[in-house]
Amino acid sequence: MNRQFLVFLKALLGSCKDLLPIILVIAFFQFAVLQQPMPNIGDILVGLALVVLGLTFFIYGLEMGLFPIGESMAQAFAKKGSISWLLTFAFCLGFGTTVAEPALIAVAKEAASVAASGGIISDTLAAQLSYANGLRFTVAFAVGLAIVIGVLRVIRGWPIQYLILGGYVLVVLMTMIAPHWIIGIAYDSGGVTTSTITVPLVTALGVGLASAIKGRNPMIDGFGLIALASLTPMIFVMIYGMVIS
Amino acid sequence: MALLLEFLTTLKNTVIDVLPILSIILGFQLLVIRKPIPHIKQVGFGFIYVLIGLALFLLGLEKALFPLGKMMAKQLTAPEFIHAGEQVLTNVHWSDYTWVYIFAAAIGFSTTIAEPSLIAVAIKAEEVSGGAINANNLRISVAIGVAIGIALGSYRIVVGHPIHYYIISGYVVVVIQTFFCPKLIVPLAYDSGGVTTSTVTVPLVAALGLGLASTIPGRSPLIDGFGLIAFASLFPIIAVMAYAQLTQAKARQAERYGEKRKRIKINKRSLQPKKQESSKNPIQDKKNR
Repeated sequence: MNRQFLVFLKALLGSCKDLLPIILVIAFFQFAVLQQPMPNIGDILVGLALVVLGLTFFIYGLEMGLFPIGESMAQAFAKKGSISWLLTFAFCLGFGTTVAEPALIAVAKEAASVAASGGIISDTLAAQLSYANGLRFTVAFAVGLAIVIGVLRVIRGWPIQYLILGGYVLVVLMTMIAPHWIIGIAYDSGGVTTSTITVPLVTALGVGLASAIKGRNPMIDGFGLIALASLTPMIFVMIYGMVIS
Repeated sequence: MALLLEFLTTLKNTVIDVLPILSIILGFQLLVIRKPIPHIKQVGFGFIYVLIGLALFLLGLEKALFPLGKMMAKQLTAPEFIHAGEQVLTNVHWSDYTWVYIFAAAIGFSTTIAEPSLIAVAIKAEEVSGGAINANNLRISVAIGVAIGIALGSYRIVVGHPIHYYIISGYVVVVIQTFFCPKLIVPLAYDSGGVTTSTVTVPLVAALGLGLASTIPGRSPLIDGFGLIAFASLFPIIAVMAYAQLTQAKARQAERYGEKRKRIKINKRSLQPKKQESSKNPIQDKKNR
């Protein structure tokens, strides 16, 4: 028990260190550049304490729960040897985690209001809602597909460069033909898809799979799933934009 | 008491967010794999810790960092601060916004250091590479990449260039670097682009973009406000590969230096050269193996 407490304390200290840059930046700009007093300092201190505590718990639980389950599932699937089930799982994981992602819901809503004010869709609530939902499902489908491709890549041992470079070429080509109002949203949608819980799980899945399959290097083959998951949404959102207009 | 209530609400929302993931995992574990989860108790506790941690983290952000960061972004982009009382804004010069770029870089760097998903990936990378990739160095390189990306992205909003020129030239740099970079780091570098932009960075950066786009004449917040996230996920790729290239170059230099010293030693004492010095850089070392 005592030792566990020591580990926890060490993690707490690490979280404090992680947060220090933010505190310094905010303090510097508030006092030196804007030259304003700090508003409701009590609230801020409480909030900072919560952030430190939260980060500590998160990292603690990550190594206890999220990483082991991701890897054990990858190993179980590798042992089972059924590629189709593995790919189904990969798609569900990508689709399921993205469709409910709060950041994506927020961006989709904002994008809908951009489209409405730009006259691309009619300015009714129903039209905006259907547009936002369409965007969400497009992105979720793209992420699901990306994880499937990524898992297939780990199994076959394709080098990631070619996939990513091919994706870049597609993005550039699509940028030329897609309507210009979708481009900013499309580029951003790549970044917002990967949430704090998805990233550790998907990373553990890739690394676990690469270490379970003979001849794969977990460093070279295990990473790269997230890169694909942030590339495909750009392409698919641009396609969505073209279909809509 | 009010704090506790807020915490419970955040916790409930976090649980709802995690529910689809949990049901997928359980569904596949029970129906397809059909084996009990190994160390179920430990994994369960780990999950609970993650949930509590995330809820606390989000609540703390909501209470302390977001309001402050958003307020500062607003103040720094406000015309009163930049033009010191000049009321009529006709044309803006990009150099008026120097503090904005510095703030963008600083907030990009510091939020990335605290980003939980990046910490997760860095831990995994250090573990998998057997310590060859240092988690802290990786996080610092990613953070530098985000800082440059967001500063450049704010510059783009100020001058109003179309986004795809920047992103496409960034892609070209990535492609060129991929050819010269140690192969071991490439997938990790690509991944680091996607992980940087999550819970902490996105809301703050979005506030900055929105503040900029709504105060500069001729920019629409709805169109120009987007795009900063794309910058923040492209530049870490370049930064991580550059970090790998730097360590590789340093290792080569150290090797060359080592050889020179050996030669001098041999000349001086005409002794047998000792066991060959191992390379300083583990990444390079692994590659040679």
